[in-house]
Amino acid sequence: MSEVQLELEILRYDPEKDQEPHFKTYQVACREEWMILDAVNHVKDEVDTTLSYRWSCHMAVCGSCGMMIDGQPKLACKAAVKDYADKKVRIEPLANFPIERDLVVVQDDFMEKLKRVKPYIIRKEEKPIEEGEYKQSPADLKRFKQFTLCINCLCCYAACPEYALTPEFVGPAALALAHRYNADSRDQGLAERHKEISKPEGVWDCSFTDTCSIACPKHVDPASALQQLKITTTVQWYKELIGMGDK
Amino acid sequence: MAYVRPVSKTCWYLKDRNYTIHMLNELTSVFVGLYALLLLWGIGAVASGPEAYQYFLKCLASPGMLVLLWVTTIVIFYHAIAWFKVTPKAMPIQKGEEFVPGGVIAGAHYVVWILFSLVVLFLAGVF
Ligand code: SF4
Ligand code: SF4
Ligand code: FES
Repeated sequence: MSEVQLELEILRYDPEKDQEPHFKTYQVACREEWMILDAVNHVKDEVDTTLSYRWSCHMAVCGSCGMMIDGQPKLACKAAVKDYADKKVRIEPLANFPIERDLVVVQDDFMEKLKRVKPYIIRKEEKPIEEGEYKQSPADLKRFKQFTLCINCLCCYAACPEYALTPEFVGPAALALAHRYNADSRDQGLAERHKEISKPEGVWDCSFTDTCSIACPKHVDPASALQQLKITTTVQWYKELIGMGDK
Repeated sequence: MAYVRPVSKTCWYLKDRNYTIHMLNELTSVFVGLYALLLLWGIGAVASGPEAYQYFLKCLASPGMLVLLWVTTIVIFYHAIAWFKVTPKAMPIQKGEEFVPGGVIAGAHYVVWILFSLVVLFLAGVF
């Protein structure tokens, strides 16, 4: 079995000791089929047990192993070592988030924003159970299905230059989820979400660089959701102006 | 304490190739704006009478202006193509279950662009 030699430069930060983060270099002999996460795990298991980072599923499902690999936000469990063969690879915590320790970032800001856009089905009135389920056609489902695939890995926030410059910006993943529910035929919460989405730090901070969609490992295409939201938001704004907005 | 990495407010777009390309796209808007001003000047000249209009035409024919107009033409093509390319993301159209292919949506923009241009050229007496 062939080996791939990697020189990992990992950003380290210990809040109890360090004033600021610094890089530490590790030589890792990787198996050819490894992902970057395996190489980082190797460092943790064999070289330096103090290294902190998040991971769980190793199959691009849990969304916890997002990190900057050579400057690009990626899931470490989906980035093949082969693509970085015989090179120096820089591993940093996800950009645009405060560093908690080593590769672990503080996610509170995202969690708070996610709550604000009400990412769940809102009904003005629930129908009684006897009336049965809310039916949806395959076309209804397809309208928003792609936006349900988000795993909250936050790679899109690390790729968003607007979030970097204006941290108040609600940002790609949260707004993509807002669109996901707005586009759901069972939902009646558009007007409620509109209050958050239509603020300057809502959807209008997005300048459509598309870099969130390029970074997204699950092909959610948040940039598309945001541009569609801009249209819905504008229509709702005009409707409210003439007193005909969704309530 | 959590560490917040500094962000450059002035050079952030040099950090990533995609940011730089985006900013170049945005920069092309300046030329679109300049051309709009030029059109306004032209309309103003027509309104002010033949003398002003002749002067406007003379200015347009000056070498510096010709260079600017050619640069603007090329840049506006780039601007239009860059934005047409992403229209399927902003306004996807669902027919039945399936989404209309992106190429059709972007293509429709090109068709409308060509039709409008033909109408303008026709009104201008080119044919
Ligand atoms: S398209 Fe909008 S949300 Fe996505 S990275 Fe660009 S500015 Fe951020
Ligand atoms: S939209 Fe994509 S990049 Fe953003 S959090 Fe969801 S899965 Fe990750
Ligand atoms: S470890 Fe779960 S997404 Fe990478």
